Amino acid sequence: MWLFNSSVGKKVVMSVTGLALILFLTFHMTMNCVALFSAEGYEWICNFLGANWYAMVATIGLAILMVIHIVYAFWLTWTNRKARGAERYAVTARPKGVEFASRNMLVLGIIVFVGLFVHLFHFWSKMQLVELQGGEPAAGVELIRYTFSKWYNVLLYLIWFLALWFHLTHGFWSALQTIGFNNKKWYVRLKWISYIFVTLIMGGFATVLILFFCAEGLNWAIFPGLFQGLVG
Amino acid sequence: MDKNISFTLKVWRQRGPKEKGEFKSYYMEDIPGDTSFLEMLDILNEMLINRGEEPIVFDHDCREGICGMCSLYINGHPHGPATGATTCQIYMRRFHDGDIITVEPWRSAGFPVIRDLMVDRRAFDKIMAAGGYVSVNTGGVPDANAIPIPKEKADEAMDAAACIGCGACVAACKNGSAMLFVSAKVSQLALLPQGKVEAKRRVKAMLAKMDELGFGACTNTRACEAECPKCVSISNIARLNRQFIGAKFKD
Amino acid sequence: MENKIITKADAKIPEGPLAEKWTNYKAHQKLVNPANKRKLDVIIVGSGLAGASAAASLGALGFKVKCFCIQDSPRRAHSIAAQGGINAAKNYQNDGDSVYRLFYDTIKGGDYRAREANVYRLAEVSNAIIDQCVAQGVPFAREYGGLLDNRSFGGAQVSRTFYARGQTGQQLLLGAYSALMRQVHLGNVEMFTRCEMLDLVIIDGRARGIIYRDLVTGEIKRCSAHAVAIGTGGYGNTFFLSTNAMASNGSAAMQCYRKGALFANPAFAQIHPTCIPVHGDKQSKLTLMSESLRNDGRIWVPKKLEDAKKLQRGELNPNDIPDEDRDFYLERRYPAFGNLVPRDVASRAAKERCDKGFGVNNTGLAVFLDFKYAIERLGEDVVRQKYGNLFDMYEEITDVNPYHNPMMIFPAIHYTMGGIWVDYELMTSIPGLFAIGEANFSDHGANRLGASALMQGLADGYFVLPYTIQNYLSDQIQVPRFSTDLPEFDEAEKGVQARIDRLMAIKGNRSVDSIHKELGHIMWEFVGMGRTEASLREAIEKIEALEKVFYSDLRIPGDADTLNVELEKALRLEDFLEIGKLMAYDGLNREESCGGHFREEYQTPEGEALRRDDLFSYVACWQYEGQGKAPELIKEPLAYEYIKVQTRNYKN
Repeated sequence: MWLFNSSVGKKVVMSVTGLALILFLTFHMTMNCVALFSAEGYEWICNFLGANWYAMVATIGLAILMVIHIVYAFWLTWTNRKARGAERYAVTARPKGVEFASRNMLVLGIIVFVGLFVHLFHFWSKMQLVELQGGEPAAGVELIRYTFSKWYNVLLYLIWFLALWFHLTHGFWSALQTIGFNNKKWYVRLKWISYIFVTLIMGGFATVLILFFCAEGLNWAIFPGLFQGLVG
Repeated sequence: MDKNISFTLKVWRQRGPKEKGEFKSYYMEDIPGDTSFLEMLDILNEMLINRGEEPIVFDHDCREGICGMCSLYINGHPHGPATGATTCQIYMRRFHDGDIITVEPWRSAGFPVIRDLMVDRRAFDKIMAAGGYVSVNTGGVPDANAIPIPKEKADEAMDAAACIGCGACVAACKNGSAMLFVSAKVSQLALLPQGKVEAKRRVKAMLAKMDELGFGACTNTRACEAECPKCVSISNIARLNRQFIGAKFKD
Repeated sequence: MENKIITKADAKIPEGPLAEKWTNYKAHQKLVNPANKRKLDVIIVGSGLAGASAAASLGALGFKVKCFCIQDSPRRAHSIAAQGGINAAKNYQNDGDSVYRLFYDTIKGGDYRAREANVYRLAEVSNAIIDQCVAQGVPFAREYGGLLDNRSFGGAQVSRTFYARGQTGQQLLLGAYSALMRQVHLGNVEMFTRCEMLDLVIIDGRARGIIYRDLVTGEIKRCSAHAVAIGTGGYGNTFFLSTNAMASNGSAAMQCYRKGALFANPAFAQIHPTCIPVHGDKQSKLTLMSESLRNDGRIWVPKKLEDAKKLQRGELNPNDIPDEDRDFYLERRYPAFGNLVPRDVASRAAKERCDKGFGVNNTGLAVFLDFKYAIERLGEDVVRQKYGNLFDMYEEITDVNPYHNPMMIFPAIHYTMGGIWVDYELMTSIPGLFAIGEANFSDHGANRLGASALMQGLADGYFVLPYTIQNYLSDQIQVPRFSTDLPEFDEAEKGVQARIDRLMAIKGNRSVDSIHKELGHIMWEFVGMGRTEASLREAIEKIEALEKVFYSDLRIPGDADTLNVELEKALRLEDFLEIGKLMAYDGLNREESCGGHFREEYQTPEGEALRRDDLFSYVACWQYEGQGKAPELIKEPLAYEYIKVQTRNYKN
């Protein structure tokens, strides 16, 4: 089967799972933004994605995507290191045009993965997991307000977002290249699309985070009329 | 007029594929700027021979940037600091007085060292033998003008065909991947109607051979493209991917 | 002295009218049936255009081919460096081209020293080469309509040159190389890379195998076959500095020569007019700037000697010399062809100006190739599009920007028209030994036209040898494969081993390159662009003296039974010394000026080459008489039946 035994096949698996995860992030970011504008709206979404069968299927699907993405990442890294040979260069230089992210995807990925566990502990374990165990899930907006009133959480999340940003700016473009969607004309366009799109997603996440910190941690009132979700 | 420079060369010396190698330093004095890098090594070798030592072994042949034989990794770059040039096209005026210049062989599992800076690149021939051709015998072909080919396509095919098979892409790649090399040939032939007929068979065969020979997978770092002496574009890799995925879905 | 003569019959030139000879030959030649082809082995030494195309074609026919090359891959052969293009008589431009005209131009360009029948065949098959290459996927330049583009080249008044940017040789070689690799994949061809032929094995008067050295392990090995073909290129590196690759050599040809193959016209070496001038004594090779530059560049030197002197001292910028003080000497002397005269004419004209003191660089050995006028006429963008890569290359090497300053060029040794003598079937004087491409004495006479080397190499490999070799092999089908344990192999291997031991045992003080450079100086000075009887005699003396140095003071570090680059070079240099003398002998014998061979005693009052058809209208074939002995001359008279022999005229 070519998805297992060819280098391009393996990369296609990475790409497709990666793109699906980006799609999930896009949705997640949109959902977070709702929390800014309306606490009720956010609660509704949280309820909608509770311990229902469709939410469970999606969660398990996500987990599987994640696992495949990670397993393939390690597999590819291992074979690639082997291909590099035992001897290393004494002097290495980064050629022009080669981005930092592209050479450090595994490391960035590991940071993202560790961050994910923190995130699951903060939110998922108190919401969907509790509900699955038959308990009453915590209210979404309250949890956000609580978590992001702490400066260290904010800092942690921002570092996590930055790693994700790097991971995704390369990942998004790279995924399209791997599935063959690129040529000389589209190269620059795709790079731009990738930067803009990923910055929008990560910017969305970061904005929600910072605004909640300002409102809860610093007690600033920011456009209370507009951001009703921030008003406790 | 070019100035003369003096510098230290750190050169990788290794007797054979299985033996341990090490760096040896050589001080080079008063080398004119219009000496090519390989001529500078000639001077060093002449010095070594006159001292009764064995000269440094390195691959080189045409010395005009087209045969793809020269293959030195200089100061962290395959083919040295210039872009779009092979090792033999590097001139000493690019370096400075007092520099330390480190020269290493291509390093990749696919290219074992033979001696010193000379590596074994026969793997590329094997990849080519797997499918890097149009299956026509000599004779019995149509007139050359029988199939018009759009100029843009012909030019793009030529861009890909400019590959000299030197292996700098593999040397530059942190994954030791030969994707740029393979994709250049796949692209050239896929772009032309003559090659399209067996495009699917070709891409599968060449890629399978590349994987089999232990080259790594492409992670799109673009180091290959940046270091390619013929500026072969990674858009060829996208085309290879497209062709390969398409062929696999057809199966 | 009564010389031996090679007759038309010896050269196996078929009967019948010129245009029908090849057709007749093919119609009546003997062939080998497919079942028998499998039983026949052919060794091809060399994997350039001729070797790779021959190996691929013979493999495709079903013969078992063993192909040898000294590089790590057949794709490295120096054919790859040909820039300009390949000629063919397609007449796609409707400018009056035809097989006959290509034939005529080639004979005329070769100064009437080539065999009519061979050249006509070359012109005839030229079109099939283009078809073949296109079918292989060679990305030739095209017009917007999708059809093939052509450019013009020196020595022709039609546009018949097909090209792939400035990398035509590369693309054609990669085409042949792919075809070769396909046959390797199919099991018809076995490649021996990094292996160098060191001797030819002859059994019962026929070429039956070779002794070769595995360059990586240093082992001496044997290989047998029913026939051997050498396609190992020319011997231009005798001059040390040439446009050839560093490893290009004439050794395979010399081994055949020592085993009895005749060596024809060794003095005919082509000096290419547009190379980057020599800059210092550490230089290892000369870089060619494509002849296509002469399409748009104008060649000049100052009219006034004082301007030239100032240029030589670096006191004057060439751009400050007004047009009226510039001597466009090619346009002045050859109005009809101007800057596009054949290579030998352009080279000699440059030498003539420099000899008179008009050279434009610090050594006084360079002329200008100026694109100022082309940039004024076409704009910098068009010039950049056409020649950008060449200009970049020039700037990298010289540190001078050719868009703003005229390029400096000077002639350099480029191609050797001479080589192993072959008959119409490309078979040498040793039965079963064939020579193809630049290695044979070829179809270019005394001078090769631009874009004809690629044509000849591929013609021999794709369309001539695969036919003619069958005529030889057809009666070999009963001959079983040879064992390499035969005494002839033992003896040849012993000879090779003795030769290596001899060189290794010298343990002197001189490196191979230092002696080779000295040989190069002798060649360039005494057997170069202008030769005289005295200079040629002096050359022979000097080379003999240098040989003594070689055999007494050579130093080869390392061991013979492992990779040893110095040993490889020493073996090749030993042969270059022999070739150098052979060139001088031939030059001495040929008391006329023709093509690449210019004897200063024989020139017209205007300084043009003076051919002496009554005395020298023959191929000079040299037979080896043993080391240290003068070779014996055998003549093959050239009787022109279909072309009127004229003085070459590029003036009007």
